[in-house]
Formats: sequence, structure tokens, C-alpha cells
Amino acid sequence: MSANLAAYTTSSGEAFQFWVLGTVALAGALATILMKKAMHSALSLAGTMIILAVFYLANGAYFLGIVQIVVYTGAIMMLFLFIVMLVGVTAADSLKETIKGQRWWAAACGLGFGILLIAGIGQASLTEFNGLGAANSARGGNVEGLAALIFTKYVFAFEITGALLITAAVGAMVLTHRERTERARTQRELSEQRVRQGTHVPPLPAPGVYARHNAVDVAGLLPDGSPSELTVMQTLRKRGQIRDVSSEALADLKALEQRSEERLGRDRDEEEATR
Amino acid sequence: MENLIALLVGVPLLGAAILLCGGKRLDKSGHWLGTLLAAASFAIGLALFADMLGKSADDRAMHQRLYTWIPVENFQADIAFQLDQLSMTFVLLISGVGTLIHVYSIGYMEHDERRRRFFGYLNLFVAAMLLLVLADNYLLLYFGWEGVGLASYLLIGFWQHKPTAATAAKKAFLVNRVGDMGLSIAIMIMFTTFGTFAFGPVLASTGEASQGTLTAIGLMLLLAACGKSAQVPLQSWLGDAMEGPTPVSALIHAATMVTAGVYLIVRSADIFNAAPDAQLVVTVVGAVTLLFGAIVGCAKDDIKKALAGSTMSQIGYMILAAGLGPIGYVFAIMHLVTHGFFKAGLFLGAGSIMHGMNDEVDMRKYGGLRKYMPVTFVTFGLGYLAIIGFPGLSGFFSKDKIIEAAFAKGGTEGWILGSVTLLGAAITAYYMTRVMLMTFFGEKRWQDDENGNPPHPHESPRSMTIPMILLAVGSVAAGAYFEFAGFVEWLEPVTGFAHGHSPLSAAAVTTATVAVMVIGVGLAYLQYGRRPVPVVAPRGSLLTRAARRDLLQDDFNHAVFVTGGTHLTRSLVYVDHSLVDGVVNGTAAAVGGLSGRLRKLQNGYARTYAVSMFGGTAVLIAATLLMRAV
Amino acid sequence: MNPVNYLYLAALLFTIGAAGVLIRRNAIVVFMCVELMLNACNLAFVTFSRMHGNLDGQIIAFFTMVVAAAEVVVGLAIIVSVFRARHSASVDDASLMKL
Repeated sequence: MSANLAAYTTSSGEAFQFWVLGTVALAGALATILMKKAMHSALSLAGTMIILAVFYLANGAYFLGIVQIVVYTGAIMMLFLFIVMLVGVTAADSLKETIKGQRWWAAACGLGFGILLIAGIGQASLTEFNGLGAANSARGGNVEGLAALIFTKYVFAFEITGALLITAAVGAMVLTHRERTERARTQRELSEQRVRQGTHVPPLPAPGVYARHNAVDVAGLLPDGSPSELTVMQTLRKRGQIRDVSSEALADLKALEQRSEERLGRDRDEEEATR
Repeated sequence: MENLIALLVGVPLLGAAILLCGGKRLDKSGHWLGTLLAAASFAIGLALFADMLGKSADDRAMHQRLYTWIPVENFQADIAFQLDQLSMTFVLLISGVGTLIHVYSIGYMEHDERRRRFFGYLNLFVAAMLLLVLADNYLLLYFGWEGVGLASYLLIGFWQHKPTAATAAKKAFLVNRVGDMGLSIAIMIMFTTFGTFAFGPVLASTGEASQGTLTAIGLMLLLAACGKSAQVPLQSWLGDAMEGPTPVSALIHAATMVTAGVYLIVRSADIFNAAPDAQLVVTVVGAVTLLFGAIVGCAKDDIKKALAGSTMSQIGYMILAAGLGPIGYVFAIMHLVTHGFFKAGLFLGAGSIMHGMNDEVDMRKYGGLRKYMPVTFVTFGLGYLAIIGFPGLSGFFSKDKIIEAAFAKGGTEGWILGSVTLLGAAITAYYMTRVMLMTFFGEKRWQDDENGNPPHPHESPRSMTIPMILLAVGSVAAGAYFEFAGFVEWLEPVTGFAHGHSPLSAAAVTTATVAVMVIGVGLAYLQYGRRPVPVVAPRGSLLTRAARRDLLQDDFNHAVFVTGGTHLTRSLVYVDHSLVDGVVNGTAAAVGGLSGRLRKLQNGYARTYAVSMFGGTAVLIAATLLMRAV
Repeated sequence: MNPVNYLYLAALLFTIGAAGVLIRRNAIVVFMCVELMLNACNLAFVTFSRMHGNLDGQIIAFFTMVVAAAEVVVGLAIIVSVFRARHSASVDDASLMKL
């Protein structure tokens, strides 16, 4: 099927494509709003956008289809993913509703809106169907046609969108910029401050005193056998993922001593026997 | 000569300004200055009078326009004067009696440390009263009307350290306000009806207005007259006004100011002539007050209050006469002038008695004073004879004319009014004889004052007796003079005059008048001359007790207006609190409550706001589809 | 097949995206849902372009992509700076603008 043909006819191939990909697009959209994790939402949305790009192509908007993939899926969605990773997983991801009645109102409004919109489209007399073949071929192609319009009829709007983009870029920088109000302290100053404040000056003790438990989540034991939290890294400490091995270790120690005693006693017996 | 008219008002006004603003350096000479300026005003009045006599009857009215006070399109408030025969009569009465009372006050107020202020107020009163009678439009008349009200208030409450005086002043002021409201409403109706309030145009164009409008104006003017002249139902203030110094009672509350109502009605004769209903009400008010005042006068033991009741009653005569229309106007004014003489004389006599009796006013504590105060006795006696209508004296002529005119009204009305006036004449004779007997005859019933000083009755100084003598001369001669010098012809060009159709001959009426007078005197003699007068008033009949309380007028006012007003105010406050505040506060609470609930929608969650936006979009789509479907 | 089906698909995708904006709390996922809605619009534009036989719809879709790119840059920067300040990427945690 040639490109021109796709512009003004709806072949059965396109119908097939529409029904299959349309369903997928709807599923993606629903997944966007129903997925618990923002990352999954973003990926679902990216999928929906790619399908939309295909639909653009099917509708004869070749330039837009490509731009949709490059700009939306390629740039914007990646930006979203970066932000999701920057912000991290938060409690906001919970799907539990906190505002009373919000979900019901949203459902009612959504249903009403959708039904009205569809009813409106159904009522409109959209019988005319010209196809884009003539328009696209008038200047030799879809991109040429768009270019002709952008640089003639819509040139002012185009220039203004340029200004808008610049402004948006500057705005984003201003919004995320944090002004440093004082000189950064040197390492020397930092260490002097630490000594002055009497905080832990030498390196923190290493975890896992015994080889059997030489792991980051096992606290080192103090001389009396109790675990020292200082030896475990902060993250694990906050998560409460410290493995307490003190009683086990003491038992092991006792067993070790007993074994060494037995060994030593046997040796002594052997020594006495040889003597 | 026209230019002198303004001086009539201006001279006493200047006196008031000097005396009230001059300060203490005028304390020694202020009373002389005040008297001099009042006398100057009288002299100017005499000069104008002489000039007026020289003109023909229809050419006597003079006008002087000073300036336009408020020139606004149709609304032209002129400061302009009109001096015609009616005004002239009043000018002479006011400035003449006023001057005499100024002289009298020099002696009477000798020991009062605020005498300068007193004379300032008196001058202010004279100026305002002259302005009232000289105004050529109702608005300026209203100005003078309020001016005399102010002077009256200031002078009734002159001894403001006495709570009774202060209260009486307030009462007089408040009751007068009710009447003043009537005058202002009348002026407003005039302006909307006639487009002006100058006497000339208004009175000339009464034919253009409807009967209802004229009746309304007439009734409103009558209300004003009732307030100022102490007629029922606005009469309650006059008795209490006697709290003021006696010269004030003589000048303001007997001779001049209280007659302003009569002046107003006579001045508006054309309006009343065209509104018979209003006229009828005027006569009814006059007749009722006539009897009311007379009955109150019979029961009072306070000499000044008895005279105040008498004043009320005599003004009732005048109002009645004024309500009779052209047959009565002239006699109303005539009685007004003679009454001005004899009532002022009587009050000055009462003041002289009080002067000699440690300011005692209770007649039951007088008695046998004729030997101690011969001049007062004679002048008071002449005034007494004049008021009861003793043949030949001034009251005889003027009252007799009014009684005649009342009968001449004709029909049943005429008979009723005539009988009432005759009855009034009898009661007048009765209560005045009572005053006379209790004061000057019988045994001494003197009592020590609060400080234990026994009274030493003595004749008053010359500054007081001379005015009394002059007023007594007026009381004796004025009536006869008016009768024979042609008072009717003098006033006729202003007020008009008509002979009624009396069912009785003039001689019959005169005989009846004299007869009822003799009966009244006889009854009083039987009760107070033949028997000793008890020092403590007996309990008396129900009527007597009611009359002592001014026929329950204050109780009525209190029950109806004070209590009613209080209840009205309370209910209004209740309505304000419950209904008005309820609505206001309820609205606020509703808004507040609604806001409190709506506020919960603002929970700060962006997602909730997003739902509302989304819902709104859905509604927009629905609306669009709906519009397309339609 | 009638190309109108593409429009129905776009409507469904848009609605799903909108519902996701309403029910998800993770700001990043919410943002993804916004992108999904934008893409649904783009699909509609492209379909309209084909139906009307001119390229203006594609131009609009192209501009939408550019604007979306700018929006993503700024939006993600905002999410990062909010996360730095509040240690949370939940849109519900930023709910101080209330009474």
C-alpha cells in the first residue's frame, strides 16, 4: 500500500491496525493511571505514545509521526523517567484515596464527560472525508507542505514558540538552581570542626569481626559480647536490617573454647604419656 | 414716611443687640436704654399714625421693601413691610403698652441682677412682635412668629434657677411648635397653590383655589393661632407661662403675643371668608376656649393663673368674633385692644400686689389690701370693671359688640354662640369679682413667707404705679373712644365690615349683657363677700377640682401624647430590634452560615479544584449539545 | 473503517487522562496524565487534518508538541523544586492555600 493511498483511504489493513493498536493504546492509557509505581506508568505511557505515532503515520502525518517518536517517546518520556528516578519511590505512589468523595466525583465527571464527548462526535455530521493525498503532494511531500505552512502562514506563531522554548529552558534552570550563599569549606576545615565537636574522629569500626559473619549487615561485637551499631552502615541501620549474632557468637566462642580445651588436654595427656 | 416703617422694628432690635451683646458695663444703664428705644419705637409709630390719619381711607396702606432675602426663580422671599390700619393698631398697642411695661419693669426688676438681659429680651420681643404685624408676606410673618416664640421662651424661663420656670418655658416652646407646624404647612400650601406668599397676591386670588385647599389653609392657620393664642386644644402652656416675671405675663401673655393668633386670622380674612367650614371651626374653638378659660379662672387661687384663665377666655371671645366673618373682625380687634389695656393693667396690678406681699401669689393669703395699696386698688378696680363689662368702660363696648355679632350670625348657630358669649360674660363677672374680693376686701389672711418674714404691704414705687395709672385710663376710655371715634370705619378698608341680622335688638343684647354681669357679680359676692374666705382651699366639687387642674388638660395630654408617644416609640424600637435588625442580622447570619459551608469546598486540594473544572467542562459540553439539539 | 473512530479513541484517551489527573496523587503521574490528554488532542487534530484534506491540523498538533515540551520542562522543574522543599511529590501535600 503506497503512502498516497494511505492518506485518503481506509483500507481493511488500516482498520485491522486500528482495532489492534487502538486496544493496546487504551490498555496503555489505563495502565498509566492504574499502575502503582510511577516507573510503570511512564513505560505504559511511552507505549501508548508510540502507538499514537503509528496512528499519525497511518493518517498521513509522516512528519508528526516521526516527531512524536523522537520528541515525545525519546525526549519527554526519558525526562520523566529521569525525574522519577531523581524523586525516588515515595508514599505518594499509594493508590489509596485520601480525599473524601474524590474518586466518586472523578468517576462521575469522567463518565459524564466521556459520554457527552462521544455523543457529540456521534452527533456531528462528519461524513466528508477528503484524505490528505492532494495536500501532501501539492508541494512534493508532507514535510514540504508543513514547512511551507510554518514558514509562511504560521511564521509568527513559530517564532513565538521559539521564544517560549527559550523561556521555558531559562525557567527550568531558575527553578532548579540553588544559590550557594557561602564559600565551600575545605577538607581541613571540616576535619578541624569534627575534632572540635568531639564526634567520632577515627574511621568507624568495621563490621563482622569473625570470618564466619564477615558481612556488612552483621554488627561487630564489643568486648563483652554485645553488638555495636556503629559498625553497621547507616542505611542498613535505618532500615533495621542488622543481623544480631551476639548470642550465636557467644555460643560459638564457648564451643571453640571447649574444643581448644579438649585439644589442649589431649595434647597434655599425650605429652605426659610420652614423658 | 415709608422709610420709617423699618425703623419701627429696627430700633428695638438694635436695643436687643446692644443689651444682649453689651456686657456688664451696661448693667447700670441698660434698662434706661431699653425703655428709651421702646419709647422711640412708639414715637415713630405715633408719627406714622399722624401721617396715616392725614390720608384718605383707601390710601392709607404703606409698603416698604428692604431687600429680597431669598431670590430663587418663583420663590421670592422679600424682607418687606406693609403698614395699614390693622398693622397700625397693633403697632400702637405693642409699642405703647410695651413702653409702659418697660417703665414698670424698671421698678419691678430693680433687685434682679440680670435686669439688663431682661430688658434685652423685652426689646427683642417688641422687635419680633412688630415684625410679625408689619410683615407683608406670610414668610416674614412666620419669622416674627418664631421670634416672639423665642422671646416668650426666654422670658418665661427667665428665672431659670426655678425648675418650674424652666419646665414651663420648655412646655410653652413645645406646645407652640405644634401650632407653628400648622403655620408652616399653611405657608407651603399657599406657595404651591398661589405661587407666592405675599399677603396681597394670596388674599386677592382666593377665588382661584378650590374650597378644599382654602379650608385646609384655614384650618392650618387656625392650628397656628391655637398654639400662639392658647386656644383649645393647644391651651395648656399659658397657665404655666405665669412662671415668668409678671411684666412678661402682662406684655406677652396677656396684651400682645397671645393675640397674634387673632391677628393672623383677621389678616387672612379673605381666606376664611371663602372657607365657611374653617370659619365654623374657628367659632367653635373660640366658644369652647371662652368657657374653658372662664371655668379654669373660677377655680384658681393663684392670682396670676386666675388672670391667665381670664386671658384665655377673652382671647376665646376674640377668636369667636374673628370666626364670625366680616361682622366680627372689627370687634375682635377692638376687643383685642381694650383687652390689651385692661388685662395688662390687671397683671401689672397683680405684680404690684406680689411686690408688696413677698411674692405671694395665693389669693387666699391676701385680703383687705385696699387700704395698704390704694393706687393699685383703684387701677386694678378700674381694670376689673372694664373686663366684666361695666357700662361705660372699655370692656363693655367691645364685649357687647361681640355678643351682638354672635347673635347676628343668625340661625341656630347664632343663638348658640350668643348664649355661650352671654354665659361667658356671667362667668367672667363671677371670677373677676372673686379675685377682687379675695384680694382687696375681707379680713387679712396674710402669712409669713418661708423665711418667717411677715408681709409689709405697701404701695409700689412710682415707676410701677404710673404705667398702671396710664393703663387704667386706657381701660376706662378706650372703649368709648373707639365707639365714638369710628373704629369700625378705621378698620373697614382692611377687614371689611357687615351688619348681621340679629334676632335681638342692640338694646336687648346690652340689657342681657348687663343683667348676666350683675348676676355673676352677685353670685361671687354671696360666696366670697358675705362669708369669710378659708385660707386653705376647701375640697370643692368634682368640677372645681378638675378646674383647679386646668380641667385635666395636662392629664389628657400626658395620657394621650406622652404615654401614647412612649408606647409608639417602644413599639417602634421593638420593630427596629426584632424586624429590621432581624432582617439585617439574619441576612448576615445566612451569608455567614452559607460561607462557612461553602468554605469547606476550599479545601486546598488541587485535585478537588480540578474536579470542579472538569465538571464545569462537562456542563459546557452538555450546554453546547443542548443548544445544537434545540 | 470510518476515520471517525480515531476521534472516538482520542475522546477515550482524553477522558482516561483527565480521570487520571483527578485520582492520582503523585505529581509526576498527574503530569503524565496531562501529557496523555495532550496526545489525545493531537490525535484528534491529525484526524481532522486528514478529514478536511489540509495540513493546518497537523501544524496545530506540531505547535501543541512544542508547547508540551516547554511545559514539561518547566513543570518537571517545579516538581523537583517542590520535592526538594517538601520531600514529597504528592499534590495533596501542597494544600496550604485554604482557610
